[in-house]
Amino acid sequence: MSNATTTETKPAPPPVDKMKIKIDGREIEVPKMMPDWQGKLQPTTMLQACAAAGHDVPHYCYHPKLPIAGNCRMCLVEFGTPAMGPDRKPVLNEDGSAKIAKSVLPYEPTSPRGAIACATPISPGMEIYPNSPATKQMREAVLESLLINHPLDCPICDQAGECKLQEYSVDHGNAASRFVEEKVHKPKHVDLGPRIVLDDERCILCSRCVRFTKDIVGDDALGFAQRGSHNTLTNFPGKQFDNNYTLNTVDICPVGALTSKDFRFKMRVWFLKETKSICTSCATGCNVIVGSREGNVYRYEPRENDAVNSCWMCDSGRLNYKWINREDRLTEVQHLKSKAQSWPMALKEISEVLRKASSGSVAIVASARQTNEELYLLKKLATKFNAITDSVPRHGESDKLLLNADRNPNSNGAKLIGISPAQMGSNLPKIADGIRNGTIKTLIVFGEDVTKHGIGTDLLVKLDHLIVSDILPNKTTESAHYLLPGCAHAEKRGSFVNAKGRVQRFLQAIQPKGDARPEWEFLHELVFNVTGQNGFASIEGLFNQMAQEIPAFNGVTWAVLGDAGVTIPT
Amino acid sequence: MPQQYRLILKNIDAPGYTNDLDCYVRHGGYEALKKAFEMGPRVSPDGGTVSGPEKIRKTVLESGLRGRGGAGFSAGLKWSFVDRKSGKPIYLICNADESEPGTFKDRQIIYKDPHQLIEGMIISCYANDVHLAYIYIRGEFPEGARILKRALAEAKAKNLLGKKILGSDYDLEIYIHRGAGAYICGEETGLIESLEGKRAYPRIKPPYFPAILGLYMCPTIVNNVETLCHVRHIVNMGGADYAKLGTPNNTGTRIVSLSGQVKKPGYYEIEVGKVTIGELINHENFGGGLLDGRKLKAIIPGGSSAKVFKAGEKFKLKKKGADGQMTTVEVDMLDLPYDFDSLQAAGSMSGSSAIIVMDDSVDIVEALANLSEFYAHESCGQCTPCREGSLWMSKALHRMTHGEGRKQDADYLLNIAQNIQGRTICAFGEACSWPVLSFVKKFKDEFEAKGAADESRNKVAATSKVTIAASPQR
Repeated sequence: MSNATTTETKPAPPPVDKMKIKIDGREIEVPKMMPDWQGKLQPTTMLQACAAAGHDVPHYCYHPKLPIAGNCRMCLVEFGTPAMGPDRKPVLNEDGSAKIAKSVLPYEPTSPRGAIACATPISPGMEIYPNSPATKQMREAVLESLLINHPLDCPICDQAGECKLQEYSVDHGNAASRFVEEKVHKPKHVDLGPRIVLDDERCILCSRCVRFTKDIVGDDALGFAQRGSHNTLTNFPGKQFDNNYTLNTVDICPVGALTSKDFRFKMRVWFLKETKSICTSCATGCNVIVGSREGNVYRYEPRENDAVNSCWMCDSGRLNYKWINREDRLTEVQHLKSKAQSWPMALKEISEVLRKASSGSVAIVASARQTNEELYLLKKLATKFNAITDSVPRHGESDKLLLNADRNPNSNGAKLIGISPAQMGSNLPKIADGIRNGTIKTLIVFGEDVTKHGIGTDLLVKLDHLIVSDILPNKTTESAHYLLPGCAHAEKRGSFVNAKGRVQRFLQAIQPKGDARPEWEFLHELVFNVTGQNGFASIEGLFNQMAQEIPAFNGVTWAVLGDAGVTIPT
Repeated sequence: MPQQYRLILKNIDAPGYTNDLDCYVRHGGYEALKKAFEMGPRVSPDGGTVSGPEKIRKTVLESGLRGRGGAGFSAGLKWSFVDRKSGKPIYLICNADESEPGTFKDRQIIYKDPHQLIEGMIISCYANDVHLAYIYIRGEFPEGARILKRALAEAKAKNLLGKKILGSDYDLEIYIHRGAGAYICGEETGLIESLEGKRAYPRIKPPYFPAILGLYMCPTIVNNVETLCHVRHIVNMGGADYAKLGTPNNTGTRIVSLSGQVKKPGYYEIEVGKVTIGELINHENFGGGLLDGRKLKAIIPGGSSAKVFKAGEKFKLKKKGADGQMTTVEVDMLDLPYDFDSLQAAGSMSGSSAIIVMDDSVDIVEALANLSEFYAHESCGQCTPCREGSLWMSKALHRMTHGEGRKQDADYLLNIAQNIQGRTICAFGEACSWPVLSFVKKFKDEFEAKGAADESRNKVAATSKVTIAASPQR
């Protein structure tokens, strides 16, 4: 086993070539080269240098993960470069410092000339003035231009509260407008595709969406029509804007032009609680932010993680949250199909059943949608009874960008922990056989409908004990002797191992529904009751204990996982 | 006596001169090309070898030829910026998207002497190791495109184009690409985008300098029609002799498009700087003076985007005396020599060398409203200041010309224009703001008077309702 937990112990990078420049009067050393949108090293731009110096240069069209367009002009900054004499040597001030020639309009040497910080490379000795009066005037003018034809309909706009036009207006705009002409009118509520609605009057034509869909997704679906101030964002005639990544354009739209049909008019964004989480729809494990309010999930948004999903996520994953709020969620502990029961009673009875079980008479079907911690506890039970275990494989089509063919979020975790064999699902027929020939008398099922995977109700009725935990009702839960309501990932904490071996944790966004409890909590009790082993009663402790015991996790701790996760060898 | 010097226009309009290959050859056509091919490798004074193409490039640099498209940048210098070590093909594009209002010089060449352009292009391509060139011709010249197409076919049939041209080892193809009617396609990077089949959004510079990352991200030269024609004459005459034409730093000849209220509007070729603006307007060899009974009000000296000159305007120019001393002299607008540097020193530009003459019958607010409407219509809309500002100015001027002006509109317009110039991706920002800046500054009294008159009239009409004239429709 190598001891490489890769992100932490990479060989030291080669020394970075640096350059001295001045930003807002303060000298700073910045790397000569910095990563561009594709991660390739390119000459450092003024905007990157300003960010390094702690100056946020306002911008609309610039996005760190998209090719540079330079069209919004919001990042115009005044700057100067060392003055050169006729002999091509630097001119010096009296104190010996280099004289700086401020950039001016060639035809009007009294007027400062700005440069777009997003696309202009820095040069040695350059001075950037991100807060000078000239810079501020340029910003103010650009903002005024963006606002004159904007409908200013913030009260009914979904972007309000997370709108760059609003934010920069507060920071850099004028309080009143001097525009007395008639505004340009453009198409409203344009149906771009099945998930996107466009308001062209709100659009500031920054082209982020156009570049995203062309250069990241490879679907040249969006473009501009008309000219000048009448420019209109539109989809290709007769073609729907319908790839699996369209909703990312809503995220990167700096204004309220592109809105999600799913989310629009549902909730003001400032009411949403934001929780760092992981998408569970495939093995990629895109980092997400869950937006929730009062126990309901309203949206997922991608959370930046360059090791996993950059700034993006797919539409199918993003919209796969509605089951959390479903009416028919299992919310009661049940015994023998109908009788409601309390958690203490049920756990006591199950513990007794399991304590009496003989070696080899128990089988466990877990789910690769469960967390490492839950699988680890199930594995402890399995070891006790020498139980045969497996989980259910789930496949779909993959794409080049993010979507993985493996639709389970934690297949790697299930394999590393030893719940599922290398060929996931290959033990399921053996379990079916065991039930059929009577060797398996007790079946524990977590989060899967085994009737769809070769263990039909005809077999389930032969069992002495069928212990099921799930979130939504199905044929297996209907047959259960004990039914334990579990939690959606948004209702608990835990960790997954994605397809590339990245261990990532997620946090709790909302409270469990009804009597439902996080699986790891009641599993912890069961394991103690049945095996006598006492583990940590917190997710942090549990994870750390697991990482100590299972070699692949290599002693990584919950704290070290952080928000971005850690890659382990798989 | 000021007179024309017809170099490019030598044969154009001559009786019996036609635009076919035979006629061109009869008049000495394609001799310069043969001469260019014969400029074989040569040992330079420092012992190195100078190849034929390199020698042509040096000759063009030596001639002092400045671009005839608008910016007046040294053609030789532009060629010297080309990245010749990239390993990528080098392209040459002839910018025949002549769209600047007031300009109609290139079309004379295209329609009446297409082979002169083709010869100039072949020499320029040979000089720059270009094997594929394009002529980007504006959509409104369908006949010009047809003529050029035929001329290219003729040239190809005579092995002036294609493989192993005239028995040399040089191959070249030239293709014609027609624009679809957008002014912005004359901006070289917008043109390149359009040629690539995209929307003609000008590119940001840095990094997309055509000489390094041009057409298909390869080094590219974009030259104006007239500029490329001059290359033929430079090779014919030699760089030093060509530089004797015109005035120092403003060498050669130039075709001036003269329009507006003069007796003889038209195109006139002059030695650069040897004729003054006043002579171009008033001399019988040129414009022949204003219409009878009219007085000069203003001229736009270099295509509609150049800053206007007001009649009677005086400029203080630095002049080198016979003793080599620099002296400042006061020059009347009409006495400005028509060249690149004098007009720039006077705060405007010779641009595409189109002079638009306006006499006292012109309402200056109406004239500016007309220009602004053009620029609002032609703004590509890529970057914010120009996209929003050009239409804003046009709307304000439309309001002023429809009886809804305000006294403060003059300053309002100046401020909008100032917020555009120098802040855009391409020079269109200047093109749309300079007319406004110069018209309003120089004729502020007229703008304010019109605004004030509207205000007081509307106050008398005092209803509580404020009506704003409908915006111009496109």
